[in-house]
Amino acid sequence: MSNVVLRNLCISLGGNEIIRDLDLDVEEGEFLVLLGPSGCGKSTLLHSIAGLIDVSAGSVGIGGRDMTDADPSERGIGMVFQSYALYPTMTVEKNMSFGLRINGTPKAEIARRIARTAEMLQLGPLLGRKPAQLSGGQRQRVAIGRALVREAGVFLFDEPLSNLDAKLRAELRRELKLLHRKLGSTMIYVTHDQVEAMTLATRIVVMRAGKIQQIGTPAEVYERPANLFVAGFLGAPAMNFVPGALGAGGVFAAGGLRLDLAAHATAGARDAVLGIRPEHVRIGHGGAPAGTVSLVEPMGNHQVVWIESGGQLLSALVHDASTFALGEAVSFEVDTARVSLFDRPGGQRL
Amino acid sequence: MKRRKSSSTPARLGIYAFLAGAALFFLLPLYVMLVTSLKPMDEIRLGHIFALPLQITLEPWRDAWSGACTGVACEGIRGGFWNSVAIAVPATILPIVLGALNGYALSFWRPRGANILFAILMAGAFIPVQVMMFPLVRVLGALGLFGSLPGIVLVHLIFSMPVLTLLFRNYYAALPQELFQAARIDGGGFLRIFVQLMLPMSLPIIVVAAIMQVTGVWNDYILGLVFAGRDNLPMTVQLNNVINTTTGTRLYNVNMAATILTSLVPLAIYFISGRWFVRGIAAGAVKG
Repeated sequence: MSNVVLRNLCISLGGNEIIRDLDLDVEEGEFLVLLGPSGCGKSTLLHSIAGLIDVSAGSVGIGGRDMTDADPSERGIGMVFQSYALYPTMTVEKNMSFGLRINGTPKAEIARRIARTAEMLQLGPLLGRKPAQLSGGQRQRVAIGRALVREAGVFLFDEPLSNLDAKLRAELRRELKLLHRKLGSTMIYVTHDQVEAMTLATRIVVMRAGKIQQIGTPAEVYERPANLFVAGFLGAPAMNFVPGALGAGGVFAAGGLRLDLAAHATAGARDAVLGIRPEHVRIGHGGAPAGTVSLVEPMGNHQVVWIESGGQLLSALVHDASTFALGEAVSFEVDTARVSLFDRPGGQRL
Repeated sequence: MKRRKSSSTPARLGIYAFLAGAALFFLLPLYVMLVTSLKPMDEIRLGHIFALPLQITLEPWRDAWSGACTGVACEGIRGGFWNSVAIAVPATILPIVLGALNGYALSFWRPRGANILFAILMAGAFIPVQVMMFPLVRVLGALGLFGSLPGIVLVHLIFSMPVLTLLFRNYYAALPQELFQAARIDGGGFLRIFVQLMLPMSLPIIVVAAIMQVTGVWNDYILGLVFAGRDNLPMTVQLNNVINTTTGTRLYNVNMAATILTSLVPLAIYFISGRWFVRGIAAGAVKG
């Protein structure tokens, strides 16, 4: 088990600066998820921790030692790749033992570790097979096993589940979470899938264009997004954004919509964007009609109802079986205690 | 879409007639060579070059292999055959190992200036061999390798590098980079990753390279003539000597037999490995 410390990290690829002056502390035993859209530099960051990309400035510390210029094999890491990257000419067993054989681990020790890992990941019956004879899910299990036998302090995952179908992905996601609980190792996991980030992480790092936007527990990042980008990136259906103006008394007005946000009264009068999670919009049939239903998306266990109000389109989650007709006039309430308010322009949380 | 049974339309018949004609055109010389090589000289003198032999004789073949005169000596082209084998085996294995190593280094390790090096190497492929002939003679002379077996092997090695490097570089470029990265994390070094991971994966492209290299080296005439030296003349040069050495009558049947014997190795390789060849080329094409 080790921690990872990045200081003033700069990475350039082909003359382009991908990451600039980045600091990040990963605690021992943490499951840290790097989340962001493709091209945000999260994979580059992971590769630099692994030593597969040279950093142009700054330092990488793993387990209290400076590893900035160390060879990938000396860093005490195990890595799982998106394409599995299994050695096609070797059996599962040889795949897993390749690294151990290279650094001269005694035969008995190799056998012990493989047996232990194979049992943990249910790879026993597959040990004699070649990668081509495995299904996608099995391949990814083997790739995870190959990283585990190294018994490294830090495990790195580079979008390991994105080549799998939805059902397998959910299955392996649960397995990974259990694995982390069992091993207690430090894990750094790159993904663009917010569901993986929310379910797996002990902490999420949201990145955009090479910069960290917010670091926090899944609940913090979801409930109190630091800016409009984070707010929009997490959550499905996405958060509703209502541009408007905050009055001196804490009353937010946008078109016909008026909300009393007493908690934000201190922010002063200014232009702002109000962010409302769909689950914080409650629709009722009675009361003063405030909007009309413009679209209903049934999801099985819930439905997403889109209502138009004063020129704004708002989505609302409905968990009961009530039905809404298109064009129906409805009333709605917003849970004002849980909304987010962002600066306009600027997009920073107020 | 409905497919018409079209084996008998005039257009079809035309195509078949053309194909049959083309096949005949290319097979006719081989046929003439084969029948002539099986005829005694008396029959050849009759002048019916397309006629089947009336009396089949294997004497010209025996003669061509072990009795025909290649200048002063009259030992057939047997010696040339073994010389060609002695040249072709190392001149196939060494270039493939080196070409694979080059391609591997260029694709995965990407040393500084790799692209420039590769461009220079590629430029070499476009310069005619004849231009480099004289400078190479001087260089090999200075190294003391001129007119020796290592010398001719070295020359073949040099001239094969651009194409073989390109072949392997493109093959490796199509492999996922993550495979290499996984091996780096597992602690693999330059040679270990090459030998234990990349070479076993390269079998299809090695077969293609071996076919190209064996055929090229075997069919080579000018390099063998210039660089091999009197004791190592390859079969092609010996064949030329057999045909140009005449005392009395020109022994057409022996010449034909010697020619067929010389082209037997590349022919055999094409027949045995043609499928592999196409597969390897196609694999490279699809994957980029």
